[in-house]
Amino acid sequence: MGAALAPPAREQVARLDRVWKERTGLLGWLTTTDHKRIGLMYFFTTLAFFAAGGTEALLMRTQLIGPNQKLLTPEAYDELFTMHGITMIFLVVIPMTTGAFGNYLIPLMIGARDMAFPRMNAVSFWIFLGSGIFLYVALATGQAPNAGWFDYVPLASKQYDPGLNIDFYGYGLIFNGISSTAAAINIVVTIFKLRAPGMSLNRMPLFCFAFLAAAFSLIFALPSLTLACLFLELDRQLGFHFYDVAFGGDPLLWQNLFWIFGHPEVYIIILPAFGIATSIIPTFVHRRMVLFPLVALAELLVAFLGFGVWVHHMFAVGLATEVTIYFAAASMIIVIPSAIQIFSWITTILTGTPEFKTPLLWIIGFIVFFIAGGLSGITLAAIPFDQQVNASYYVVAHFHFVIFGGAVFPILGGMYYWFPKVTGRMYHERVGQLSFWLSFVGTWVTFFPMHIVGIDGMPRRIYTYVASTGWGALNALESIGAYVLAAGLLLVIVNLAVSLFKGERVGADPWEGDTLEWSTSSPPPPYNYAVIPTVTSAYPMWDERDRRRDRARLEGGQGVLARGHETPASTVQDAHLDEVLGMPPYSMWPLVVGLVLFVGFVMLLLAHYLIAAGVGGMLAAALLAWHARQPEQAPLDPAGGSPPALTQEAAP
Amino acid sequence: MRRRAGPGRRRLRSVALPALLLCAAGLGGCGGGQSIVAPRSHQTSLIALLWWWMLGASVVVFAGAVVLLAIAWFRRRTPGLPLFGRREEVAGGMVIGFGIVIPLVVLVALFAASDLYVIRFSEAPAASSTSLTVDVIGHQWWWEVRYPGTEAVTANEVHIPVDTRVNVVATTADVIHSLWVPRLARKIDMIPGRENRILFDTPDAGTYVGQCSEFCGLQHAHMRMTVVAEAPSAFHAWLTNMARPARAPATAEQREGELLFMGRGCAGCHQLRGTEARGKIGPDLTHLATRKTLAALTIPNTPAELSAWIRDPQAIKPGNHMPDLGLSGAEVAKIASFLEALH
Repeated sequence: MGAALAPPAREQVARLDRVWKERTGLLGWLTTTDHKRIGLMYFFTTLAFFAAGGTEALLMRTQLIGPNQKLLTPEAYDELFTMHGITMIFLVVIPMTTGAFGNYLIPLMIGARDMAFPRMNAVSFWIFLGSGIFLYVALATGQAPNAGWFDYVPLASKQYDPGLNIDFYGYGLIFNGISSTAAAINIVVTIFKLRAPGMSLNRMPLFCFAFLAAAFSLIFALPSLTLACLFLELDRQLGFHFYDVAFGGDPLLWQNLFWIFGHPEVYIIILPAFGIATSIIPTFVHRRMVLFPLVALAELLVAFLGFGVWVHHMFAVGLATEVTIYFAAASMIIVIPSAIQIFSWITTILTGTPEFKTPLLWIIGFIVFFIAGGLSGITLAAIPFDQQVNASYYVVAHFHFVIFGGAVFPILGGMYYWFPKVTGRMYHERVGQLSFWLSFVGTWVTFFPMHIVGIDGMPRRIYTYVASTGWGALNALESIGAYVLAAGLLLVIVNLAVSLFKGERVGADPWEGDTLEWSTSSPPPPYNYAVIPTVTSAYPMWDERDRRRDRARLEGGQGVLARGHETPASTVQDAHLDEVLGMPPYSMWPLVVGLVLFVGFVMLLLAHYLIAAGVGGMLAAALLAWHARQPEQAPLDPAGGSPPALTQEAAP
Repeated sequence: MRRRAGPGRRRLRSVALPALLLCAAGLGGCGGGQSIVAPRSHQTSLIALLWWWMLGASVVVFAGAVVLLAIAWFRRRTPGLPLFGRREEVAGGMVIGFGIVIPLVVLVALFAASDLYVIRFSEAPAASSTSLTVDVIGHQWWWEVRYPGTEAVTANEVHIPVDTRVNVVATTADVIHSLWVPRLARKIDMIPGRENRILFDTPDAGTYVGQCSEFCGLQHAHMRMTVVAEAPSAFHAWLTNMARPARAPATAEQREGELLFMGRGCAGCHQLRGTEARGKIGPDLTHLATRKTLAALTIPNTPAELSAWIRDPQAIKPGNHMPDLGLSGAEVAKIASFLEALH
């Protein structure tokens, strides 16, 4: 791309390289505000937590391989299943999707140079890392949360769980929630304001619709969890009685607050996976999505309806039938937008000319698991049946189909799909397919028999069972499946790790993809795009004319936005160019804020409230310092592209 | 033990039999002692029937989707649909048909069948429709069982008469538990400050296993129970015996055992009605010898197992609230001998 540049363009690009350069080495990573580097840090951190959560799962499966096993004590087992849930949800799937995939890809897909708030983006990561370390310190010191990931009171009250275990949970999730909220706000603002000129909402990739829906859900769902945890800690540490029946509190308050967060959460987990699926399918099927606008609306509808179904987690608590029926109906209605998406994917694959390469295989696997998990989900909206199998292994089977098959499979497919974009190298296709099949079979063998043992009456969260229950054979099968699955996942990592060094080098667009990220080099430069692309359809990379015109502008040195550390902003609906925003450069303050918050939460955990208040003061000072330095603005340069030129280009 | 099939069960058999065979042949393991597809009440028969219908519909939908994906693979080089070719409106119509119209019809039917009809049999029974009430109270990690209107108190073993609508009142003494006897009734959570009710009503005499199904702490796994459904005459004889005070020890060894029971701490937690032992923390032991198991189905109730339990309860059920009292072997034997005579 750079070879054919005219001298003025070469100068502009060189200038961009200079203006967007960050520090080098470790310091560069610690102070970065580049969405791609932050995305990568999210990626590797979540991968580490994924390994931890997976190890916890394998330990549990080994304990349950036969009746009356003694590998784990009940204490250890309770901590492991609690940490497994917390890890996979709060430290793996959410940060992997919103943090790693969202961060890296959204600005590229919409033709922006960074997220809307680059320093807030960095601080989201540092807070996430801090909260993960915070929770794993608990495990390392043998006082990990141990009342399950939904942590029902009064089991989680001071009276029945007097150690620090639950305090790690309460403060850890509040801490983690700050990170997710900041990341979600960043995603919403980025998607609404930083889209390339011409990318009106109806031309926005479905990936971005999905992430927008998930981000909105996060913003509205997390306060409920934060409040629940705050009440919990007030009860535990300061003797309040929010959940204490003896003093007029109610344990169901916890359940309602938790699930008002907890069910939207399920869609927060699955929506980005939908987004990844709708990115991979058109590319490998060589056609546009069937009923694009309906799919976009369905994604938003899922997020919205997700707030009205939480009581289906509480069908066995003895609520009035009238109440439960309402939530059962809502839970059934939410099937419709999911079914629309499923059949749009299937029909698109069916009517296209699919190339069954590794990324598409993972998406096919995802569709299969999501249908199976969706169907078992519908059965759980039949209240009397739910009242039988609620809190049994049937439910464990259901949500692993949905969360592991449904959310993690697209994540793995996405890792393969965007690997050449991020690294400039191609993964090994045959090994990629092998890793898929191992994981696919492993997932079936691990989770499908759980339906049957659930029907046979096996409750979840039991550290062992007796032989007379007859659950032994299927549990042994599940454990074997788990080892196969682990091998498949390991192979994914090995494939990508080896390909990082030995993979074949590829250009900007090895797949003939449909979205904008494939128009910039692999890996992309720090500023993503020298010329801000213009867009006239929902499949900008398949619009040859537009891309040729962008290239001509670059080669001619016109329209290169090289005045400074800047990105254009556009109007929310129609994406008319609005203004050019100065973006803040690298900074150490996000890291400092993350560290100070970490110390603050440790002090709250240990009930040193005065020190915590002092840390709060330090936090305020760090946030002031954060703002003390204005965004770097290079002096106006006649050689730099000017906003008016862009406006003209963008005019339809 | 089965005496006759209820009306719900006969209907169920005709539908469920092929599915059951499929299940048994393909997967094994169905139909154990806690299986929801081996129902023994009208309520659970309807739920099992609902399940088989849902399973059948799910298999159709799942197979349909897999077939579409298989066709996509066979026609991977040919764009468009079989028969309809590359007509976008047909592709769109498929999405509308499979994604909106068919699900809507199926869901409305399911909603009506499950959440309007079957639910009437699984919700709390009208108090006037039942003729016996049993209080089941969850504890970490055992079940207290009371029969209001009588003195009877026992643990981990609920007796009910067959062919009787029994009002089961589920409450908790500590954390949340969930009472689940899959073959007899849906589960019900036991929540502090609430009094939940479900119906036990079975035509079939037999012993049905139940288990706590809401995580309640360290020994959640060993919080099991049995429901013994028996002929009304046998039930009333049992209840009359349960309501009696504890038997006086008959032998010298048993008398020594009673003294140790009173003097070495047992009485602080356990009750023996009619004696000085009035502890409320552990299970009532007034008629311990009549029970089939100990520690909520963790071990069988034999003299040897009982001695092992008294000697070191933490080895058998780690984390349970019964302490090791540091008794000598001879002391344990005497206490066990005393307890095993409490019929």
